[in-house]
Amino acid sequence: MLLNEILALSAEHLWLVAVAVITAAAIAGPLAVLLTRHARPRRWTLAAVNVIQTIPSLALFGFLLPLPLIGGVGKRTAIVALVLYALLPILRNTVVGIMGIDPHVRQSAVAMGMTDSQILRSVELPLAMPMILAGLRIATVTTIGTATIAAAIGGGGLGTFVFRGIAMVDTKTILAGAVPAALMAITADEVLEWVERRFSV
Amino acid sequence: MNGLPEANINYDGPMAALVEFQSLTYEIAGRAVLRGIDLRIEENETVVLLGRSGSGKTTLLKMVNRLLEPSSGAVLFSGKSVTASDPITLRRGIGYVIQEGGLFPHQSVAQNVGLVPWLQGWPEDRIAARVRELLEAVGLSAAVYAGRYPKQLSGGEKQRVGIARALAADPPLLLLDEPFAALDPITRFEMQQHFSRLRKAYGKTALFVTHDIREALLLGTRIALLHEGRLDVVASPDDFLRTESVHARAFLATLNEWSPN
Ligand SMILES: Nc1ncnc2c1ncn2[C@@H]1O[C@H](COP(=O)(O)OP(=O)(O)O)[C@@H](O)[C@H]1O
Ligand SMILES: [Mg+2]
Repeated sequence: MLLNEILALSAEHLWLVAVAVITAAAIAGPLAVLLTRHARPRRWTLAAVNVIQTIPSLALFGFLLPLPLIGGVGKRTAIVALVLYALLPILRNTVVGIMGIDPHVRQSAVAMGMTDSQILRSVELPLAMPMILAGLRIATVTTIGTATIAAAIGGGGLGTFVFRGIAMVDTKTILAGAVPAALMAITADEVLEWVERRFSV
Repeated sequence: MNGLPEANINYDGPMAALVEFQSLTYEIAGRAVLRGIDLRIEENETVVLLGRSGSGKTTLLKMVNRLLEPSSGAVLFSGKSVTASDPITLRRGIGYVIQEGGLFPHQSVAQNVGLVPWLQGWPEDRIAARVRELLEAVGLSAAVYAGRYPKQLSGGEKQRVGIARALAADPPLLLLDEPFAALDPITRFEMQQHFSRLRKAYGKTALFVTHDIREALLLGTRIALLHEGRLDVVASPDDFLRTESVHARAFLATLNEWSPN
């Protein structure tokens, strides 16, 4: 019975994390590429995303609740908050990964007559890939943790056990949420690190 | 400047310069890096741009393939202003070799050398054949080196690959920015000899940047001495040895200064 609920909530948790990380990557990836081409917006965008990261997660969930469209109790608000958190590591690692490429390599690419999109696809993204994947890994692992708090605003997932356990002052119930979440984080870390190594030059 | 007539082989009509700098000036951060550069480079020449570091050699080289654009004046390539040309097409027709190699670390030697042909959409088998030919031409066994990655190469091997890459799509002009400066003296000497033979065999025009007077005398059909952004002397190696310019003499004075003590 409990096992069934653990499995169901784990699946829900994983789904929350996957939707949030994929959405964040879809936003942060292209944005990061744009930012590598424009110095001024790069500085203030990274600063803004940095600030979001410093807001305590429970507070961020609280801030989002009263907002129209994205707010309200439920999964959607939870996912919006998780996306906001996942943006920074992906954005920052992609920008740093591309900006950190040996300038002589980029200069050669330009001098040989590669177009900007050829440079991006054939030089910058492959060379930055280990950094980009590291950003994705950090985003995934932290989102697995943060997602437990999503239950506070009706997001579901393994946090449901944690909050129920706190309310009932029942350590076993808290652990039923915390342990699977920790295992999920460790597994994600290992798997993504393996992928990262395969891509390193 | 020298007033010697150029050796005109197959002269028919006014000789077209492959590259021509016209009253070229480049300023950055309120400073004139290049001032009033006038220079014509004919086909099959190797013009060596000689100068101390900071004299503007790299900047002048980058004007040709539009990595930088002149503040005033013009650069003509095959008679056409480079700023009026499509930069992508222009660059694919000009080989570029730098001291640091600039090889793509994530690509094999074969992929690096075949890059421009690949950009130009050559069929795979033609690229492969061209890569093999060029690796052998620069003195690297294709069987041994084609599959290697840049980090598995010595400095001299990297520069050989860099030259093969620059030659791959058969551009009429090569720009070389101190390509051998980081090599040990013996490797450097081998590379200079090899480059000289290769350039003649492929009939390429070259604009070759160096701060090494020996290299300039060895490789240049003409030497253009750049001093603080101005052309001080343009002369054949023989004439360069006899020039009165103090800046040229300062370079020449470094030639025979070794004495045991
Ligand atoms: N982006 C830049 N900003 C300011 N000064 C520059 C820049 N690029 C080059 N310079 C200056 O232009 C001069 C010529 O540089 P460069 O062409 O690299 O010389 P060289 O290749 O002969 O050593 C140097 O004094 C250098 O400091
Ligand atoms: Mg230089």
